[in-house]
Amino acid sequence: MSENPKRTRRGYIRPLDLKHGKVELSHGGGGRAMSQLIDELFQPAFDNPYLRQANDQALLTRPEGRIVMATDSHVVSPLFFPGGDIGSLAVHGTLNDVATSGARPLWLSAGFILEEGFPLADLKRIVDSMAAAARTAGVQVVTGDTKVVERGKGDGVFINTTGVGVVPEGIEISGDRARPGDRILVSGFLGDHGVAIMSLRENLSFSTTIESDSAALHELIAGMVAAAPEIHCLRDPTRGGLAATLNEIARQSGVGMVVREDAIPVREEVDAACELLGLDPLYVANEGKVVAICPPDSAEAVLAAMRAHPLGRDAVIIGEVIADEHGFVQMETSFGGRRNVDWISGEQLPRIC
Amino acid sequence: MKYVDEFRDGKVARSLARTIADEVRPDRRYHLMEFCGGHTHAISRYGLRDLLPSAIRFIHGPGCPVCVLPIGRIDSAIELARDHGVILCSYGDTMRVPASGRTSLLRAKAEGADIRMVYSSADALKIARENPDREVVFFAIGFETTTPPTAVALRQAREEGLKNFSVFANHVLTPSAIQNILESPEVRDLGTVPLDGFIGPSHVSTIIGSQPYEFFAEEFQKPVVIAGFEPLDVLQSVLMLVRQLNEGRAEVENQFSRAVTREGNLKAQGLVAEVFELRDRFEWRGLGEVPYSALRIREAYRDFDAEVRFDLPYRSVPDHKACECGAILRGVKQPQDCKVFGTVCTPDNPLGSCMVSAEGACAAYYTYGQFTKDSAVAEAS
Repeated sequence: MSENPKRTRRGYIRPLDLKHGKVELSHGGGGRAMSQLIDELFQPAFDNPYLRQANDQALLTRPEGRIVMATDSHVVSPLFFPGGDIGSLAVHGTLNDVATSGARPLWLSAGFILEEGFPLADLKRIVDSMAAAARTAGVQVVTGDTKVVERGKGDGVFINTTGVGVVPEGIEISGDRARPGDRILVSGFLGDHGVAIMSLRENLSFSTTIESDSAALHELIAGMVAAAPEIHCLRDPTRGGLAATLNEIARQSGVGMVVREDAIPVREEVDAACELLGLDPLYVANEGKVVAICPPDSAEAVLAAMRAHPLGRDAVIIGEVIADEHGFVQMETSFGGRRNVDWISGEQLPRIC
Repeated sequence: MKYVDEFRDGKVARSLARTIADEVRPDRRYHLMEFCGGHTHAISRYGLRDLLPSAIRFIHGPGCPVCVLPIGRIDSAIELARDHGVILCSYGDTMRVPASGRTSLLRAKAEGADIRMVYSSADALKIARENPDREVVFFAIGFETTTPPTAVALRQAREEGLKNFSVFANHVLTPSAIQNILESPEVRDLGTVPLDGFIGPSHVSTIIGSQPYEFFAEEFQKPVVIAGFEPLDVLQSVLMLVRQLNEGRAEVENQFSRAVTREGNLKAQGLVAEVFELRDRFEWRGLGEVPYSALRIREAYRDFDAEVRFDLPYRSVPDHKACECGAILRGVKQPQDCKVFGTVCTPDNPLGSCMVSAEGACAAYYTYGQFTKDSAVAEAS
């Protein structure tokens, strides 16, 4: 009997169709399809010894020092935007929350909630972007999870990431440490991420060249902390923008703040887009900026350290902390008047990160 | 930013403010009503009070379309979406205005009503085209500025023969509101609201022109200066009003000459007249029923009138007892005079409409404050 040239090999599994395939409910079902998705997509992209063990958990050796942990869920719409996508955002968002404690980030977990019918090609693009962002940042994705929901019950992909890092000895950075006289610094232009996302929303038909500022800040922050270990507070002004971040810190520390409108860096394009949409750049989200509050004597050293890093090139001092039991954030307007900078009320734009 | 920064120059502002300070008479005060919420907003956001001498007092007027919309009208909009199953298209500002029974368009939406936020009447038309098997209603509100786009949508719907589109019209008229304030007992007889002159609307006047204000200047001897919404526009108009008052003049002057003419936009006026006619009466929050103060859809466009199509009855609903929006809209009270300002009533949890809209006086006071809220309260008491 002649050999049938088309006979399938024993144990052969047709590889995932990463060009035209779609997410199916079975990809989250715990069976062969799920294992194949992990083996052919997630494992190669994130490859590291922890994942290679193929256990349900990562066995980590306890590092020296104090450990910080932060979690963040990402639901941004649209999934791909100028300057990034939900994958890179999911890495940067959580890393920045870890890093603003002054920590060196070490590990990430990744939980995916996928919608049935989502193109595998898009999923691959997102996973590759996420892996690239993690590699660039020098952290490993050590454990993960995948769930699939029926079509119409999700919106493509939601990603939760949790990050773990270690804070060096002698660093005490916390939102309740701002003191009257401290200086307030920001690392660069505000509002880029929010405006980049808004320009893509279907019911807002305007176009812009603005790209999201999504970036991992821990190296910039490491430089700042090395230059001035006495920094009091660090925070990334994401949802609610600079206004929310300053108000949060003012409330936590029981102090007031005065910032100068002239000093706050906003790109002309962002300013123009906000003018058009009736928004205030102070309330627009950022994903690659940090606000620092430090004693007056350290301000110049922190500023120099920020400007020495590409992500802090446009850093400036925007104001100072004052004594005020009500915790008001005030602004000296370019016009010469003074006004409050309140929290944002309601939702400026849903699903920005 | 070109064409914007020129009107926000701090140096020019300080020199204008010095001129105003030099020209105000020490023996008098200047009570100026800025009719529009846009002006109230500019005054608070740029901290103009800090630049001006204390003799200049701003009285905030009712020119905030969301603020003057009475509860009954919002109830009707919710009824359309909830009981008639329509897709209700609304401007964003209206979404959070409190309606009866602790509801709002936003809450009705959360409970399942199909209410969609749109940026223009054209968006509402698009939704109607895309959903031929659903009734789509555009919740049209606003002063003369937003009326022409509604008229365009109605004309387009008729031309296209769109069977599933209609408009719930709530367009109101600026001159009627000004007249109502000038004739109110507080201004006319009791003198509880001293009113020396008006900072007139800018965007509204691009449509209706400056002519309609001539009657107020003449009949009530109050100067009117039509002013743009940028902070330098406001300062310049204050100077123009101070000069008129010092010289005993009561004229209509146009600070916003870069966009407003005496006649206004005749094409837009023609379009509005083709589609709309005067209503006998319309309820305003704060002002009550004001005769001939709003528009309704003409007979020729009756098929597109949501009030006719869905046989909507109007039920007047009183405001919350503690809410002072009515008095604030008439200029009788300032936001801090309200007991619930900043306590029970905040932008996150508004009790009255003036706390909702970005143009509302309470929202402007709460958001931008005056130095601090403490000093604002101290100044009021």
